[in-house]
Amino acid sequence: MADKKDSREVIRDIDISDSGHAYENRQEIYYNDNVGGRAVFVDSKEQYDPDEPYNDEVFIPEKDRDKAPILQVKNLGIDFGGLTAVDNFNLTLGRTEIGGLIGPNGAGKTTIFNMLTKVYEPTRGEIFFDGKSTKGMTTVDINKAGMARTFQNIRLFDKLTVEENIKVALHHTTNYGLIDGMLHTPKYRHEEFRIRKEAMKYLKIFGMTKTADYRAGSLPYGAQRRLEIMRALATKPKLLLLDEPAAGMNPSETSELMDTIKEIRDRFQIAVFLIEHDMSLVMGICEGIVVLNYGRVIAKGWPEEIQSNPKVIEAYLGKSRGKMEEEEEKEKADIEKALKKGRLESAASGKPDRKAGE
Amino acid sequence: MNLLTNIISGLSLGSVYAIIALGYTMVYGISKMLNFAHGDVIMIGGYMSFVMTMYMGLNGWLALLVAMAICTVLGITIERLAYRPLRGTGSLAVLITAIGVSYFLQNIALLIWGANPKMFTSLFKGMKPIHAAGGQLTITMESVFTILANIVIMILLTLFVNKTKAGKAMRAVSEDNGAAQLMGINVNQSISLTFAIGSGLAAVAGVLMLSAYPVLMPTTGAMPGIKAFTAAVFGGIGSIPGAMIGGLILGIIEIFSRAYISTELSDAIVFACLIIVLLVKPTGLLGKKISEKV
Amino acid sequence: MAERILKNISSRGLKNAVKGNEYRKEASISYGILIGGYILFQILTAAGLIGHNLQGQFVPICVYISLAVSLNLVVGISGELSLGHAGFMAVGAFSGILMSRILGQSMSFEPAIIIISMLFGALIASIAGFIIGIPILGLRGDYLAIVTLAFGEIIRNFMNVLYFGFDGNGRLRFAFNHTIDGVENNDRIITGAIGATGTKTMATFTWGLILCLFTVFIVLNLKNSKQGRAIMSIRDNRIAGESIGLDVRKYKLMAFVVSAALAGMAGCLFGLNYSTLVPIKFNFNTSVLILVFVVLGGVGNIWGGIIAAALLTVLPETFRQFADYRMLTYAIVLILVMICTYNPAIKSRLSGFWAKVNPFKNKNKSGGKGKGKRKKSRKEAV
Repeated sequence: MADKKDSREVIRDIDISDSGHAYENRQEIYYNDNVGGRAVFVDSKEQYDPDEPYNDEVFIPEKDRDKAPILQVKNLGIDFGGLTAVDNFNLTLGRTEIGGLIGPNGAGKTTIFNMLTKVYEPTRGEIFFDGKSTKGMTTVDINKAGMARTFQNIRLFDKLTVEENIKVALHHTTNYGLIDGMLHTPKYRHEEFRIRKEAMKYLKIFGMTKTADYRAGSLPYGAQRRLEIMRALATKPKLLLLDEPAAGMNPSETSELMDTIKEIRDRFQIAVFLIEHDMSLVMGICEGIVVLNYGRVIAKGWPEEIQSNPKVIEAYLGKSRGKMEEEEEKEKADIEKALKKGRLESAASGKPDRKAGE
Repeated sequence: MNLLTNIISGLSLGSVYAIIALGYTMVYGISKMLNFAHGDVIMIGGYMSFVMTMYMGLNGWLALLVAMAICTVLGITIERLAYRPLRGTGSLAVLITAIGVSYFLQNIALLIWGANPKMFTSLFKGMKPIHAAGGQLTITMESVFTILANIVIMILLTLFVNKTKAGKAMRAVSEDNGAAQLMGINVNQSISLTFAIGSGLAAVAGVLMLSAYPVLMPTTGAMPGIKAFTAAVFGGIGSIPGAMIGGLILGIIEIFSRAYISTELSDAIVFACLIIVLLVKPTGLLGKKISEKV
Repeated sequence: MAERILKNISSRGLKNAVKGNEYRKEASISYGILIGGYILFQILTAAGLIGHNLQGQFVPICVYISLAVSLNLVVGISGELSLGHAGFMAVGAFSGILMSRILGQSMSFEPAIIIISMLFGALIASIAGFIIGIPILGLRGDYLAIVTLAFGEIIRNFMNVLYFGFDGNGRLRFAFNHTIDGVENNDRIITGAIGATGTKTMATFTWGLILCLFTVFIVLNLKNSKQGRAIMSIRDNRIAGESIGLDVRKYKLMAFVVSAALAGMAGCLFGLNYSTLVPIKFNFNTSVLILVFVVLGGVGNIWGGIIAAALLTVLPETFRQFADYRMLTYAIVLILVMICTYNPAIKSRLSGFWAKVNPFKNKNKSGGKGKGKRKKSRKEAV
């Protein structure tokens, strides 16, 4: 607790101080990466919501506590017609944190991503990205501000090659106009050569340089997922949203993916926020976790806390193993009894009870 | 009085558009294709009715029934031979095929009946127009019957689609083809039925239109077809009341711009109105909003 | 770690993967067809093997090829259905004719007149495309198609009431009705529904070839540039395109305007090929005809469109003696080709048949593909 308070003091100091020297450290961090992450220098007054960013309810790793949060979400909610899909969602994400968003199917996880990236306009609440409210921004603006995402159902540019998929994402840093593009002027050649090299650098992260000339749509599933992450990364985000990055991957691929996500975070010094059902991945790399059920946050905390939180276990992971075994044995006994009595049907009708708990 | 005359002829023309638009809107609703050959089915209907009355000596109304029957069969045949093999291959392929069918029908008509225009005998020949307001206002029987036919067809069709089993099946197929199939609905049958109804109505529309504007040529159906299609989009394609509203509005706009602005620019004005409507309401007046799941 | 994944991918997945960008191949085939066709037709003409009628079609063929290529930019590369391409052609034709007449007053060097007129036609058509594109490109799919259809008709309708002419001082004047102030009837250039009259026919086959080469050059270059990639990305997945910061409207508009400009250029050459040109020439049927070229050539396939445009203009002309059945056959062939190329069952049967009779089958295997396979297997061994 004492540590937390200290870091809060530091934040206040930065808030008051002039924007100059207090951010030198971060600037250095941003310039550190060799692919060219964004070096953004923002006026300190707009850095984050002036309310205390790190109170007792937020779970930010210690290393990020001296920096303003990358993302602050306050009381976010959305209604579809009369149905409230997400309500009262709060979140604070550190500068270089890997955050996890978990919850059963239909809990509203992807909806939250869609609100963050403005695919949906939230009905209530506020989103502060990099200290600025995203009110009135479009999906395109959001990306330009530095948030990039992947999709649950892969959305690649299928008919373009792998390399072209990355090059498209490098679009904003490709510096030539329509005339250059139509006439293939020397400027075009120079820029194309440069972004080809840059695209290859990104492909190297996942070791996919050899696939550069293949059509994205014809790649195997796992490679498509990786490509999507690289494409998002190539827009040089400060926050990377990954929607079920490990879906459809086998355990060894997943563990490789975990390493790569960490590597990406360390190398580019960005924040990652991911939705995932694979608990080995979530518990393995996430620093803070939010659990969602029926559109509401039911738990927040560090991985260890989440793992032992009874609410989460009951709502998401199912009943505890011991209990389940107990019940199973009891049921077995019941069925045996029923069989003996020749009343199987009544026992079978009791079965769904156990299923619901799973 | 001039205004009233114009409104009535606008409604009359609009009714023709509305009946044709039904064919477009129903077909689009159920198979998501732009059936560009629909306008030419109108023309075939017109020729059939013409042949029946001129060469077979049939009564005009009987000829209409025969024409309807022939067009119904024609519609089903076109769907079976040209469109069904391409179902589910994307709208572009079907669109081009529909254009091919349109050329085909026009050229068949050209071969059989030649390029010279035929004068169509009105279905209501001999019926006296209604004179009102001391002879200042004349309402032709063509107008009366066209507007009446439109109303009757709309009511019957709405009842059919909402109350009967076949109609509900059609709606189910247009909502979700695959799911309807899983629910045991015969999708092929439903689509055939849609084409049958649309084409039968096209014959009616053709005869009504030719009664008012009696020049019959192989290309007669093309322009009304495009305009009726515009009407369907105007009202919100896929929606039956939308087709009616779109058709009527379009007819009135056309007649009014011919009367008060410019004969040559009337088509341009009609299309400009369509564009304005689509800009304000991208799926037409009564169209449903489409959204993509992310 | 990277190497490990790479091995995974190359050994398992890439067997089914398809090589993508074949820009160079596409470009060389396209230019090859154009130049080869030009030379072939020139030789045949010199040998006297080509009839007068067909010779008269040389410029239109080039114009249609160019139109098919430019429409491919919208339909194939941008993935939007446009049914109003003839409208832009009309704008280019009439503005180009006007420009050629104005220049003709003081200049006699034809190549300069043609080039300036074509550029002017392209400029005006691109302005038209821009004005039309801004409001409508937010629409999707079939709705966009209908609106382009409507615009094509509006443009043609508008041409019907447009009158241009020189007054006594040689100045250009225009009006929206028959009588233009101070213009003698004989000095009228564009007369409403009668169209442009008295145009000096300057277009030649060589100019047609230049037009085609230029169009292909622009479209292929654009396809292989930052802008083209963005346009194709939005076609493939609009939502993903937005998510990486692509301005959807901007790029759709870009494709639309460039396509309109190229159509205007082609239209101008078309206009300069006839001494009289009526606006009805640019109706919906012409738009459809161009679309047919694009679709039959394979949507997005530049050289396919070139071949389709050339064949479908030449063949009906060749069979002119069967005039009555010509268009009927055309219609039937169109339907059959569509069914054969798009119906999945027939398509697979046809390709199976082709694989059996294909004379190049063996050659291919020992050629490029074999090398690729060997390479892959070596990788697996590592």
